[in-house]
Amino acid sequence: MDNHMFAATELNQKNQRTEKLVRLLFILMAGLLILPVLIILFTLVYKGSSILSIDFLFTNPTNGMTEGGIFPALLGTIWLVVVALIVSVPLGIAAAIYLSEYAPDNWGTRLINLAIINLAGVPSIVHALFGLGAFVVFFNFGTSILAASLTLAIMTLPVVIVATRESLQAVPHAFREACWNMGATRWQTIRRVVLPNAVSGILTGVILEVSRSAGETAPIMFTGAVFFSPFLPQGVMDQTMAMSLHLFVVSTQVPNVPENLPYGVALVLIGMVLIMNSISIAFRMHLRGKKKW
Amino acid sequence: MSRNHAFDQRNLDWYIDKAVQALVFIGGISAVIFIIGIFLFITKEGIGFLINTLDLQEFFGSPYWEPSDEDAPEYGILALLAGTASVTGLAMLIAIPFSLGTAIYIAEFATGKTREWLKILVELLAAIPSVVWGFIGLTIMNPLIIELFDVPVGLTVLNAGIILGLMAAPIMTSIAEDALKAVPDRYREAAEALGATRWQVVFKTVLPAAKNGLLGAVLLGVGRGFGETMAVLMATGHAVNIPGSVFDSVRALTATIAAELGETAVGSDHYQVLFTIGIFLFLITFLINLTADLIVRGIRNS
Repeated sequence: MDNHMFAATELNQKNQRTEKLVRLLFILMAGLLILPVLIILFTLVYKGSSILSIDFLFTNPTNGMTEGGIFPALLGTIWLVVVALIVSVPLGIAAAIYLSEYAPDNWGTRLINLAIINLAGVPSIVHALFGLGAFVVFFNFGTSILAASLTLAIMTLPVVIVATRESLQAVPHAFREACWNMGATRWQTIRRVVLPNAVSGILTGVILEVSRSAGETAPIMFTGAVFFSPFLPQGVMDQTMAMSLHLFVVSTQVPNVPENLPYGVALVLIGMVLIMNSISIAFRMHLRGKKKW
Repeated sequence: MSRNHAFDQRNLDWYIDKAVQALVFIGGISAVIFIIGIFLFITKEGIGFLINTLDLQEFFGSPYWEPSDEDAPEYGILALLAGTASVTGLAMLIAIPFSLGTAIYIAEFATGKTREWLKILVELLAAIPSVVWGFIGLTIMNPLIIELFDVPVGLTVLNAGIILGLMAAPIMTSIAEDALKAVPDRYREAAEALGATRWQVVFKTVLPAAKNGLLGAVLLGVGRGFGETMAVLMATGHAVNIPGSVFDSVRALTATIAAELGETAVGSDHYQVLFTIGIFLFLITFLINLTADLIVRGIRNS
C-alpha cells in the first residue's frame, strides 16, 4: 500500500523547486559580487608583476616618472600613516574607553555617536577641504606631512573608535564587577582588567586604520602630498609623495608612461592594503578561537 | 562634627580616576568637536562667496560651470549634480540587488566555511582604495566598454556606475546582514513551525521584519556613492554634461573639487565656490547619515 501521507504533494514539489531556484539565485548574486575582485586582482598581478623588483621598490622615479621606482612614494605613505596613527590611536582609544566605560546613556552620548558616524560618512573630499582650510591655511602648517596626517587622522578616527569600543564591550561585565568589589577604582579596573583583555581587538582596529589611511588619496592631495618631489621628507613640515597619489599621477597626469608601471604601483598599493586587512582578519579569527568566555 | 576619615575615598587613586575620566571624556567629545570644526572651517572659507556673490538660482539651476573664465565666470552646478546623481543612481541599481542578495545568502542560507569566506571576501572588497578603483575604471573597464558596446568613449556613467556599485556594495552588504541577524530567531521558528519553506521564511517573515535596517543600509550606500571622489574623478570622463544615456561622460561634484582646487589661489572666487560645493556635500551627507542612523536605531529600540 502506498503511503500517501508522507509523499510530496504537488505543492511540496513546487515549493522545493522554488527553494532550489532562490538559493541558486542568491549564490549567483554573491558570486557576481565577489568575482570582480578576483578578476581585478588577477589582472593587476598579471600586468603589474613584470615590473616588480627590489629595485622598483627602493629607487627613485626617473625620466619624468616614466622609469625607475617608487621609493619616495612608499616612504611618504609610511610617514603619513605613522604620523596619523600617533594622533588618532590615543585619541580613538580614549574616546572608545569613554563611550564603553564611562558614558551615561543620555543625549550627549548620542551626540558623540552621531558625530562618529558622520565623521566616517563625510566625503573624503570634504575632509580635504577641511584640512586645507584648517591645517594648511588657518594653523599655517603649509602643505606638509603634519597637515595631511592630521586630516587623515580625523578622517580615520571612527575606525579606531569603533574597533576599540567593540573589543572593550566584548569583555564580560562580570570581570569589571569582580574588580570593583575588590575596591578598585574605575580606572584601575580598566587598566588592569579591561584593557589587557581587549588589547588584541584594539590592535586589529589599528591595523585596519593603517590600511585605510594608506589608501586614501583625496584628503592628502591638497594638504601635504605632491605629484613629484626630488627630495625625501626629512620631517613633518616637509611635503611628500605618496603611493595613492602616485598611482593617480602616473595613470592620469604623466604622458608616455609604459603600461606596466601604473599596474606595478597599483599592485604594490593594493598589496599593502590587502595584506594589512588579511592580517587584521586572521588576527580576529585567531582571537575568537582563543576566547575563554 | 569631624569628618570620618575611614570613609573618605578621596585618596590619590580617586584623583587619578577623576583625571582619567576627564581625559577620556575629551577623547569622546573630540569627535563632536571635529565634526563641528569641519563644518565651521569649510563654511569660513566659502561663506563670503555664498553670501556676497553667489546667485543661488544660478548655482542650482544653471548647467554652465566655467569658474575659471576671467570675464564672465559661470557657477552653475546643475550638470555636476546630474553627473553625481546619474552615477550614484546607476551604482545603486547595481549595488542594491547584489548587496541585499549577498546579505540574505550570508545571513540566511550559507553555513560554516562558505559563510566565513564570503564575509572575508566582502571585507576585502571594501578595503580596496578608491584610487585603485579609479585605476580599474580607467584601464580595465574603459577598453572593455568600448569593445562590448562599440562606443567611442568608455569613461562614462556606465563605467563609474559599475565601479561605484562595487565600491558601495560591501558596506551595504555588511549593514544589511546586521539588520537580518537582528531579526529574532523565534520569528523564523514560528514561520517554520507553520510549514513555511526556507525562502518563504526569508521573504514573508525576515525581510519585512528587517526592512528598516535594509533601508538604512541602502541610504548609507547612497551616501557613500554621493561622496566618493577619486574613483568618480577617474572613471566618469570628467566632462561637464547632463547625461542623456549611460554612455555619456559626466563630471561629479566631488571630482570637480578634487580636480580644480589645486589650481585655485586661496581666497579667490573659484576657491570659495569649491568650498561652497563642499558645504553642500557636507549637509547632504550629514542628512543622509542622520536619517540612516535614526532608521537603524529605530528598529533596535522597538
